[in-house]
Amino acid sequence: MSTDSTFLETEPGGARVRVWFDGTPLDLPEGANLAGALLVAGVSRFRDTPVSGAPRGPFCMMGACFDCLVEIDGVTRQACMTEVRDGLHISRAPSSEAWRDPE
Amino acid sequence: MTRSDLVIIGAGPAGMAAARTAADQGLSVTLLDEQARPGGQIYRDVDHVPESRAARLGAEYTEGRRLTRALAQDRITHLAGAVVWAIEEGGVVSYTRHGAAAQVTGAHVLLATGALERPMPVPGWTLPGVMTAGAGQILLKQSGVAARRAVLVGAGPLLYLVAVQMVRAGSPPLALIETQTTADTARALRHAGGALRGWPYLRKGMSLLAELRRAGVPRHKGARDIVIEGAARAEAVRFKLAGKARRVACETVYLHHGVVPNTQAARSLGVPHRWDAAQHCFAPVVDRWGATERTTVHVAGDGAGIGGARAAEIGGRLAALDIAMRLGALSKGQRDALAQPLFRQLDAERAIRPFLDAAYPPNAAALLPEDDTIICRCEEVRAGDIRRYAALGCLGPNQAKAFGRAGMGPCQGRYCGLAVTALLAEATGQTPDETGYLRIRPPLKPVTLGELAAMHDEAKDPRLDNLDH
Ligand SMILES: Cc1cc2nc3c(=O)[nH]c(=O)nc-3n(C[C@H](O)[C@H](O)[C@H](O)COP(=O)(O)OP(=O)(O)OC[C@H]3O[C@@H](n4cnc5c(N)ncnc54)[C@H](O)[C@@H]3O)c2cc1C
Ligand code: FES
Repeated sequence: MSTDSTFLETEPGGARVRVWFDGTPLDLPEGANLAGALLVAGVSRFRDTPVSGAPRGPFCMMGACFDCLVEIDGVTRQACMTEVRDGLHISRAPSSEAWRDPE
Repeated sequence: MTRSDLVIIGAGPAGMAAARTAADQGLSVTLLDEQARPGGQIYRDVDHVPESRAARLGAEYTEGRRLTRALAQDRITHLAGAVVWAIEEGGVVSYTRHGAAAQVTGAHVLLATGALERPMPVPGWTLPGVMTAGAGQILLKQSGVAARRAVLVGAGPLLYLVAVQMVRAGSPPLALIETQTTADTARALRHAGGALRGWPYLRKGMSLLAELRRAGVPRHKGARDIVIEGAARAEAVRFKLAGKARRVACETVYLHHGVVPNTQAARSLGVPHRWDAAQHCFAPVVDRWGATERTTVHVAGDGAGIGGARAAEIGGRLAALDIAMRLGALSKGQRDALAQPLFRQLDAERAIRPFLDAAYPPNAAALLPEDDTIICRCEEVRAGDIRRYAALGCLGPNQAKAFGRAGMGPCQGRYCGLAVTALLAEATGQTPDETGYLRIRPPLKPVTLGELAAMHDEAKDPRLDNLDH
């Protein structure tokens, strides 16, 4: 995870809460879009693909591409459809496997 | 299970306008949307943004409040954060909300699920740091987050709007790398008559371009052979201009080459779709009211064919009037009288489309990418894989899915479906209509066992019981 983010918050301020991403504590704006807040915090690689292990990050921000999948407290979720709440334990989603169609 | 006269999926301009129109005619309406707040893609979070941000996003954006405020009507139940994953015969709509599955039944169902950005598969487009231009805009609208060193790549008016919004947010893009050519512009001018009727849009486009010029954002037109470089994330965009190699170092790449209807829901119901050659995409077969051959299912807005936010709003109203008539709340004469001015407005709205479609054609190289380029982001299937399946005798997308999993990942083909059809059609010499599209089955979105186990009826709303049939 890089610390100098390529994204900028244009209206900083407001309440922050602590979450963990792969064990690293991050203070993110409460109620913010989780994918956006992680990008600002310098996270670019959200998950690795089940096929080749290639890194992926948010692509569509509208819940359609599933490239922002992370694991939150053991459940695979779309970060772009999740709000920042105090105490989230987030990790890169190896379990994107779990959402593969078994056909 | 909750029952409503009308269940609407999607709270964008089409769904919101339809909800209010139907409620005003006395129908009970349940409006479902997976986003936390109403607005759809264009009016994303419009009720929630601080005023400073709203000012930067422009009057066209805050205009959406007219629609979100109209949802405060007794007969409308808006369920935010409701992810719809199945729609069945008989109007049974299954969704997940607050971690539990639930169902609602509608005497009629309106699909207003909007558009998706047309994917632009170029080498490197799967790297972290590469996003859609719409995603960049959602970051600005919803979170006030701007990319620091970004380039915008592709074609279309949305690119200019996003670029200007970034300028106003104090983080101008490093460059616009545009794929349309002067020949495209010349071709588009043949539609100048219609474009003049769509004059407000042209004027808006020109003022956006002037704002970009003033901000000193360079524009490179007619870019070819676009490649995104990077190891673990995007680092630069390489391209050719009039045969000369160029490179722009950057940290974020926003891709855009138009939007296409999000047809998952209509497809899952077996609604027939037809290839639209002008817009290079499939659209459901609907009449001018948005009615499908399924007598209790309508489609409105960009999901029925790309027309933009205003056209989506009008389409939503027309569908609601037709549904109100079918459910006995309006006579045919009443429906037609109410609809007449709307059809006129719709014609005026659509006048600009032929011009835009011709001026900003989708990037040809991204419609039929080179063999090495990944087309299915979920399963990492490459264009060459699809061509190989075609050589082995595979004629349709469903067979291709069985051969190599394209479209089988969590996005269910949303970002590779059109590419698979295009590649197979090219290889077999069939039309896109003959080639067909992926069969879409529920669940449209993943649903977990835990969510299913927690399935319960949405809390009964007494207002709905009054109008129950
Ligand atoms: C990312 C993006 C950005 C855009 N930005 C602009 C812009 O700035 N200016 C402009 O003029 N046009 C823009 N457009 C085009 C514009 O979105 C459309 O013309 C307009 O919003 C269409 O309205 P609609 O009501 O048909 O659909 P939308 O506004 O797209 O609304 C569809 C709604 O359906 C919901 N939905 C979809 N599937 C499901 C499901 N399974 N369960 C629950 N809910 C679901 C979505 O969450 C969404 O809120 C954009 C398009 C995209 C894709
Ligand atoms: S970024 Fe596409 S689903 Fe979240």
